[in-house]
Amino acid sequence: MDSTILVTVAILTIVGIVVAVVLYFVAQKFKVEEDERIDLVEACLPGANCGGCGSAGCRDFAQRLVAAPEIGSLFCPVGGNDVMQKVAKVLGQEAVAQKKMVAVVRCNGTCENRPKTNDYDGYASCKVKAALYSGDTGCRFGCLGCGDCVAACKFGAISMNPDTGLPEVDDEKCTGCGACAAACPRTLIELRTSGPKNRRVVVLCRNMEKGAVARKACKAACIGCAKCQKVCPFEAITVENNLAYIDFNVCKLCTKCVSECPTGAIHKINFPEKPAAPAAAPAAAPQAEVKAKEVTV
Amino acid sequence: MITFKIGGVHPHENKLAKESAITPLAPPAKVAISMAQHLGAPAVPKVAKGDKVLAGQVIGEPAGFISGFVHSSVSGTVAAVEPRADIAGNMVPHVVIDVEGDEWDPSIDRSEAIVRDITATREEILAKIKEAGIVGMGGATFPAHVKLNPPEGKKAEFLLINGAECEPYVTSDDRLMREKPEGIVIGAAIMAKVLGGCKCFICIEENKPEAIAAMQKACAGYPGIEVLTLKKKYPQGGEKQLIDAVTHRQVPSGALPIEAGCVVQNVATSYAVYEAIQKNKPLFERVMTVTGQCLSDRRNFLVRLGTPLSYVLEAAGGVPEDAAKFISGGPMMGKAIANMEATTQKGSSCLLLLTEEQTRREPESNCIRCGKCADACPMGLEPWLLNKLSRAGGQMEALEENKIFDCIECGCCMYTCPAHIPLLDVIRVNKAEVMKLIRSRAKK
Repeated sequence: MDSTILVTVAILTIVGIVVAVVLYFVAQKFKVEEDERIDLVEACLPGANCGGCGSAGCRDFAQRLVAAPEIGSLFCPVGGNDVMQKVAKVLGQEAVAQKKMVAVVRCNGTCENRPKTNDYDGYASCKVKAALYSGDTGCRFGCLGCGDCVAACKFGAISMNPDTGLPEVDDEKCTGCGACAAACPRTLIELRTSGPKNRRVVVLCRNMEKGAVARKACKAACIGCAKCQKVCPFEAITVENNLAYIDFNVCKLCTKCVSECPTGAIHKINFPEKPAAPAAAPAAAPQAEVKAKEVTV
Repeated sequence: MITFKIGGVHPHENKLAKESAITPLAPPAKVAISMAQHLGAPAVPKVAKGDKVLAGQVIGEPAGFISGFVHSSVSGTVAAVEPRADIAGNMVPHVVIDVEGDEWDPSIDRSEAIVRDITATREEILAKIKEAGIVGMGGATFPAHVKLNPPEGKKAEFLLINGAECEPYVTSDDRLMREKPEGIVIGAAIMAKVLGGCKCFICIEENKPEAIAAMQKACAGYPGIEVLTLKKKYPQGGEKQLIDAVTHRQVPSGALPIEAGCVVQNVATSYAVYEAIQKNKPLFERVMTVTGQCLSDRRNFLVRLGTPLSYVLEAAGGVPEDAAKFISGGPMMGKAIANMEATTQKGSSCLLLLTEEQTRREPESNCIRCGKCADACPMGLEPWLLNKLSRAGGQMEALEENKIFDCIECGCCMYTCPAHIPLLDVIRVNKAEVMKLIRSRAKK
């Protein structure tokens, strides 16, 4: 009985030693050399694995960063400039500062503005709905309201407003990763620079129908009248396919177009409630304003 | 009695309109004829505003290999050539015509006499079928001349004339078989001639005994054409299922029926071929069922293509109070109509009205792994798995491996699911995406 145990222990020990030696040499032979900076860079990254940088996750992005001769073209939208600064330090390179981007839902087809023409009772997904038909309102371009963007956001920055039936972006939480923009089958969501003091002027419409048709479907539609284009002193506005677009890199936030728009399709976001407030007002206001989302005219 | 081997379901047949004879519906004051009535590229409009047209005159020409001719269904003046919303609300080019009288192209034989002698040659017939704008009228609207002209080296051994009409409610093919049996048989004989004299079966489900009797009688003088009675099971009218039922052959995954030596054409297509070859009449009208429990007057109309659906419904007594959903086609594969001003097309077999109760969707619950969907799938797929992979996102390769592109969108899985999971809704979208992926790969 005793000898059986001893023999078993001895055999297992010998097998263990032999296998260990074999494994040691195999490990030496097939060793993968990995740049240790990858671990260091990964530690700097936020670890959200959102894919906003275009890589398959933070580890993948770290590998790209280390491999890249110049990191200027790579950017982590979630971590922003701070993280890129840290990464640059690890890699001994210069970080290129980029403006903070924010997702903007370019549709103002609220239940009131855009009446329903039929009821959709299928699977609650924008992707499915868009594949089936033109939607439950007269507008073929507007928000479908099933919340694919909400589901896509890993930071809880988008929520559906039950009153308007439209998604709303929380500027503070939004990291500008672009996951929502990719999820929207109507390409309504655009990443725009958050702008000075987080203020933006945006055309909240994507309807490319002719004016009368667009207006019939939605009261707040851009009718492509080009009045905004004429009034803009900075040539920031282009009108194509009956639709105005404001270039956020050129726009100086003069808000002339906002008052000119006959349908109210152009919105100023995060501006103080009272227009034309002099220097004193904005100094106090911004803190309170950050949470106010879309302040319409 | 024969049927296909795997899957299938037995929805209640509800053939409410089967005793209503085909009634020609007078053209409305204005028709809007879609240029996208066939699978493939939309036709190019060949008329302009102000042009006078006759019924049967070409108004749209094909824009590619898989495309088709479109003809005016009425006589009158072209009021506009513009994009209009189809039943799904998508903008498609339409030719709008103000109807004036009912004058047909003089070359069309409008008599009731049956022309039996097939004098045209194979090439003449093929050209004529193309020029007459004939497409598969079962619903898929695949151009008929492409199907009847198999690629070099492929030989059709069987021509299956599809009169299964397995969709509940729809009775248009049933009525056509009862009222115009000989036309259908001559159409089949013409197509058999084009295919080089193959064996022809007219396949009808057992729930249409009158149609079977009528067709059998009409087949008497035509050797090589035979009526087959099929067991009642949905989706027997599916091309691949019908081939399986009749010949016990399987169409390979991703291939066309010709790989199994078969060509399948709907009975309405067969009748359209007869009219085109023997009567010189292009395809500009079709039989359409208007039905539903909530409708008191259920009818089978012979409608001109381009007639607004609202006008067709008006002719059947208008919108009943309790109608909640309008469907173009049958309840299994038909599409919900978002726009009743859309017009009838070559593939519109039925206008179905359902009540609130009939269309109610139960809330979705969790998959209980019962495997009913896999049992019901006539293509032998695993719908639960496709659904799971589709919802996970980014699993295109896995979906492709599991043959999502073989899905025929028959809806058996969703019909049978006890957890009310919208399986087909999810699968359909991802199938389209996988197809896109495959096509983009083929381009490279």
